[in-house]
Amino acid sequence: MSTKDPSRGLLVSPIRNGTVIDHITAGEALNVLRILGITGSTPECLSIATNVESKRMGKKDIVKIENRELRTEEVDRIALLAPQAKINIIRDYRVVEKKGVEIPKVLKGVVRCPNPGCITNTNEPVESTFEVLPKGLHCLYCDWLIKDDIANHII
Amino acid sequence: MRRAKVTKVIIGVGHGPRKKGISGCGANHYSGEKRGFVRVMAGGRSDSGARTPAGLKTPEGSRTMYHIISIRDFERRDLDYLLDRAREFDTGEYLPEMLDDKLVALLFFEPSTRTRMSFATAMARLGGRSISVDSVEASSIVKGETLADTIRVVSGYADAIVLRHPKEGAARLASEFASVPVINAGDGAGQHPSQTLLDLYTIRQSMPIDGIDVGLLGDLRYGRTAHSLALALSLYGVTLHTIAPGGLEMPANIALELRERGMEVIEHADVQGAIRELDVLYVTRIQRERFPDSASYYNVASSYRITPDLLAGVRDRLMLLHPLPRAGEIDPAVDRTPYARYFEQARNGVPVRMALLHEVMK
Ligand SMILES: Nc1ncnc2c1ncn2[C@@H]1O[C@H](COP(=O)(O)OP(=O)(O)O)[C@@H](O)[C@H]1O
Ligand SMILES: [Mg+2]
Ligand SMILES: [Zn+2]
Repeated sequence: MSTKDPSRGLLVSPIRNGTVIDHITAGEALNVLRILGITGSTPECLSIATNVESKRMGKKDIVKIENRELRTEEVDRIALLAPQAKINIIRDYRVVEKKGVEIPKVLKGVVRCPNPGCITNTNEPVESTFEVLPKGLHCLYCDWLIKDDIANHII
Repeated sequence: MRRAKVTKVIIGVGHGPRKKGISGCGANHYSGEKRGFVRVMAGGRSDSGARTPAGLKTPEGSRTMYHIISIRDFERRDLDYLLDRAREFDTGEYLPEMLDDKLVALLFFEPSTRTRMSFATAMARLGGRSISVDSVEASSIVKGETLADTIRVVSGYADAIVLRHPKEGAARLASEFASVPVINAGDGAGQHPSQTLLDLYTIRQSMPIDGIDVGLLGDLRYGRTAHSLALALSLYGVTLHTIAPGGLEMPANIALELRERGMEVIEHADVQGAIRELDVLYVTRIQRERFPDSASYYNVASSYRITPDLLAGVRDRLMLLHPLPRAGEIDPAVDRTPYARYFEQARNGVPVRMALLHEVMK
């Protein structure tokens, strides 16, 4: 399914300018939007396809956002949930840029610390800050380690 | 005097898997470089508007500020340096007016008699003065002021802040908003680095720390002093022996972190089976609240109690340490044995805290 293959058509209508996030781990599209801070109340024009068949991944999700080109810091957060995701920047209906995602070293304001005693869970003017380690996410304030279920901790 | 290389940035988060820091200025600055103390460019947050704090001259002539937040921020050479300084203060190699133009704010948002008194004592011995918040009720915290605001305000009064707070990470946060050095005097179940330094200091008074066998006994699940000491000891090639009642074992994350730092950690089922292998036995309090009923508490507590009988056949140099206050963990009859070193340990809080206060304010 691509603009190159009109016989199968695009699942959603083509966009003129914007971003297509392809190859999202199946079922994670909504979490990807959450992590990007895109909700029903933000102005973006969105299309979401979930559990689409994919040669490479079996099943995948796709998100298309019109008139917005995502910045690298934004897209890298996606890697937490969808390490295989590909970001396609669309200009005048064409893919002009395609990049993978990289897990950032530090996540600021992305996940909530599960430790109720953590200073980041108070009314202090501070964002949660986690460093990304192979064994999990490490809170730089209270040293809590989030080992799995990261999506459940996304703010 | 040894001085670690001073970098332009920022909060140090030193070792092992932890290579990045969080910034003192609200933005992100990362550095893979290993460093010890937490350092921030003088002035703290640019929006604080506070005066230039006490600081250290860097080679470039800029000023750098030190915070003491977590034992995880320290490399071995930093610990050794502070322990050497503490020893100088202990043996009287200091001038009683070293900090006579300085004022420290003791902000204790949680009760603590000893830690607070020993910081006040240390400050007074160096000729400095202390101001403090007397009770949480009287302070503006109940009026809903954030810690961040309190810290910004107090930064304008004092030359350094010693903070005890019930939330984990409070001292780290304070260091980001302070324009003067912050010393963590305990943040919830988190860190209490001056306690760890005085524990190390006490051990080092009797023996080199390298390669010794140290036992941790008691509540290793919630006991922050035990975690923090274990992390520090991992820098000295120490073999760690853990002895904890069921349900109060050391959390897997901490044990993993220790092993990642190259430490050998051996679990023992009981004190009897471990005590003859040890050079140091660090006893911590087992709290009544951790048990469903008094019977199970007394049951466990009595089987973990240190008595004179238990000390038959131990190594001559065995040191018994305890962060105090003790409940029933150590039989008072043990106090008369040469192994009992916990009162000396408590006393060492003063020279160690003198070294810390002097280091951040000199
Ligand atoms: N103009 C467009 N509007 C919406 N989606 C598009 C547009 N152009 C490409 N896409 C989608 O972006 C993704 C990447 O496109 P492309 O690079 O052509 O394919 P592929 O990566 O599969 O080789 C595909 O999911 C495709 O459907
Ligand atoms: Mg494709
Ligand atoms: Zn936390």
